[in-house]
Amino acid sequence: MTSVLRVEALTKRFAGVTANDGVDFDLSSGEIHCLFGENGAGKSTLSSCIFGFYRPDGGRIFVHGREVDFSSPSDAIAAGIGMVHQHFVLVPEFTVLENIIVGTQKSGWRLNAREARRKIEAICSEYGIEVNLDAYVWELAVGRQQWVEILKALYLDARILILDEPTAVLTPAESQTLFRIIKAMCAKGLSIILITHKLVEVMQSDRVTVLRKGKVVDTLRTASTSADELARLMVGRAVSFTVSKPALAPGAKVLEVEGLSAIGHWGEHVLKNITFAVARHEIFGIAGVADNGQKELFEVLCGVREPSAGSVRLEAEDVTGFPARALMDRGVGHIPDDRFREGLVRQFSIADNLVLGWQRDGKYTSGPLMNRAAIGALSKTMIAEYQIAARDGAVPAGNLSGGNAQKVIIAREFLHASGLLLANQPTRGLDVGVIEYVQTRLLEKRAEGFAIVLASEELSDLFNLADRIAVMFKGEIVGIVDPRAASVEEIGMMMAGNRQAAA
Amino acid sequence: MSQLFQEAILISILASTLRIMTPLLFSAMGELVTQRAGIWNMGVEGTMLMGAFAAYIGVTASGSLWLAVLAGVLAGVLMGVVIAFMTATMRVDHFIAGLGLNLLASGLTLYWFQSYIKRREQPTFSGFQNWPIPGLADIPFIGEVLFSQRLLTYLALLCVPAIWFLLYRTRYGLELRCLGENPKALDVKGLSVPARQYAAVIFGSAMTALGGSFLMLGFSDRFLADFSAGRGWIVIVALIAGNWAPKGVLVAIVAFAFLEALATHMQVLGAPVPHQLLLALPYLASIVILMFVRFRSGQPARLGVAYMRE
Repeated sequence: MTSVLRVEALTKRFAGVTANDGVDFDLSSGEIHCLFGENGAGKSTLSSCIFGFYRPDGGRIFVHGREVDFSSPSDAIAAGIGMVHQHFVLVPEFTVLENIIVGTQKSGWRLNAREARRKIEAICSEYGIEVNLDAYVWELAVGRQQWVEILKALYLDARILILDEPTAVLTPAESQTLFRIIKAMCAKGLSIILITHKLVEVMQSDRVTVLRKGKVVDTLRTASTSADELARLMVGRAVSFTVSKPALAPGAKVLEVEGLSAIGHWGEHVLKNITFAVARHEIFGIAGVADNGQKELFEVLCGVREPSAGSVRLEAEDVTGFPARALMDRGVGHIPDDRFREGLVRQFSIADNLVLGWQRDGKYTSGPLMNRAAIGALSKTMIAEYQIAARDGAVPAGNLSGGNAQKVIIAREFLHASGLLLANQPTRGLDVGVIEYVQTRLLEKRAEGFAIVLASEELSDLFNLADRIAVMFKGEIVGIVDPRAASVEEIGMMMAGNRQAAA
Repeated sequence: MSQLFQEAILISILASTLRIMTPLLFSAMGELVTQRAGIWNMGVEGTMLMGAFAAYIGVTASGSLWLAVLAGVLAGVLMGVVIAFMTATMRVDHFIAGLGLNLLASGLTLYWFQSYIKRREQPTFSGFQNWPIPGLADIPFIGEVLFSQRLLTYLALLCVPAIWFLLYRTRYGLELRCLGENPKALDVKGLSVPARQYAAVIFGSAMTALGGSFLMLGFSDRFLADFSAGRGWIVIVALIAGNWAPKGVLVAIVAFAFLEALATHMQVLGAPVPHQLLLALPYLASIVILMFVRFRSGQPARLGVAYMRE
């Protein structure tokens, strides 16, 4: 196989942090080469250097054997490199066609859409991509937006394609389609760099380069390695993927939700007739693609959104429409899905974030003043107990990595909640090591007798933890299944709104 | 009142609506281009004022109205460079940059004006005259309202479809709107975001100052302190009310201009309403509009947000 891209001893530093340290990497023609590693291992930095978005501080890059020095993405594009960013870089107000052609026309001042349309249609039929070019991007499901991103790169004649965490927002079925298209592209001679931290995806590649803390740990042929070995290489220690869940008999009902509905900003029905109950010692899982009402459900349950119909009972007390304050006082803990926007105040210290919401509690005050000594002592205990990687409690929460920020939130909620825990996407974007940690802590709470509502887009979370799994689609519960009896495919079908699978 | 008199009044109100509309429309189309590129330029008032002042100096120094227009436009280009430097290069908060610029323009024009007229009579000039379109101007009613205007009024009306075409039918327009919606989409294609923001802001400010020059050359014979009298703010309100679309902005501007024309005529006709209240009509209307217009679907998603690579 001929090498199409080679990186030698690439180094990139950001304000004292070495994101890439002497990285060697090479990509052969027609292969899928995975860049595998935890968050912060340097995968995205490396790809941004290859794409000309960042200037490396040291090392050399060769494309088709010729040394290159990209000063901007336009140089990389000219060399035939395309990139699909993890967070889509699309304009929702533009059509698919406009998103693809914006900024690509080199001559003429009138928009030349006809020629572009022909070229894009040819690409679509070549790889079996189906997308309506005249639809606005905001009308498209997230999965389809991914095709637009890929088309943007292919339209610019990319021969080397970098895909940064491409399945983060896809349903299992959409991921399969994506891999089918990726393989079709390889068959046509394109070479793919696939950035991921999901083992299932790594196993579909030809080769894998494992990065840890900015350095290459090893480059392996995928066929001759195993998931366990890769996980060990990535984290630097053995990781268990299935936390053991002891069988526990559910106790008294803690949360009873009946016929719950809610209306969104634009008058649409975001929640429709939701009914379920969760008992002590039980984890109630909620599966579903993002934005199918999970967020709204949690908002109603933790008291920040008014339901339009239905009732919520907590420990047999009707708490429908109670404000968040009253629910917190009754022992409800909430781990929101957006850590840095709803879970924490970035500018506040870890210590202050740990008492956020409980700042009036006598434990943390002395008269009208905050009791700095008590809060400081608390933060010290929590940093140790929850293994938060921070010098001390004075570090601003905004400086923490996603995993450590999540630990701060978990510490706060576990400390103050007493009966019900609401956890929305608690493992989103976290590394396997931290995921394992979060899962273990949730199971501990289950054993203590908490009732837990857990929504996750990661089916592995739910299969590992949940006693029952409800699938949400467009604000409704499509069905509730027993994880011991259901398969990933069944739940995947239900996540796409297919009710038959529920029967 | 006789019917003839009523018709004459109506014609006069409508014709002056168009005249009053002219500077506002130029400025609004300029600000539309700027805001579509994601820069919330609050310095419209100051830019109009600078344009008006430069036009005044231009016409009194050279005697040529068209050189005066050119001077006004150049003043707008300069203001545009300053705004672009502050917002696109230094990434100053757009509101603060604009407000600072308004204060600067107000102070500078007053200072320059006073040194200009020191030890002499304030020079005056005679501004733009009507430029009836042969043939069309003779059509009863319509001709008198639409086709007996100043040349720049026709241009202002033509500039609405021209700006629409620029925004929606050219590749520059697509890139420009992309700046306001998601500048990173251009950055990842290797195109310079700041360069495009500079171009948009400078073009927009030049148009805004062109509006200011017409305010000077079409309505007055001399400069006065704070000559633009809040019209820049009306332009900003018109953008919001018009939901950032050329047609909507045109409708909003015409409505404001009509209110002002109405107010002036009511005063002449001796309506039993305090004259100050009448003059405040367009401004009152803008407050009411801002209270009730919640429909901002056309607002560029990244309007007023500085672009930085993460």
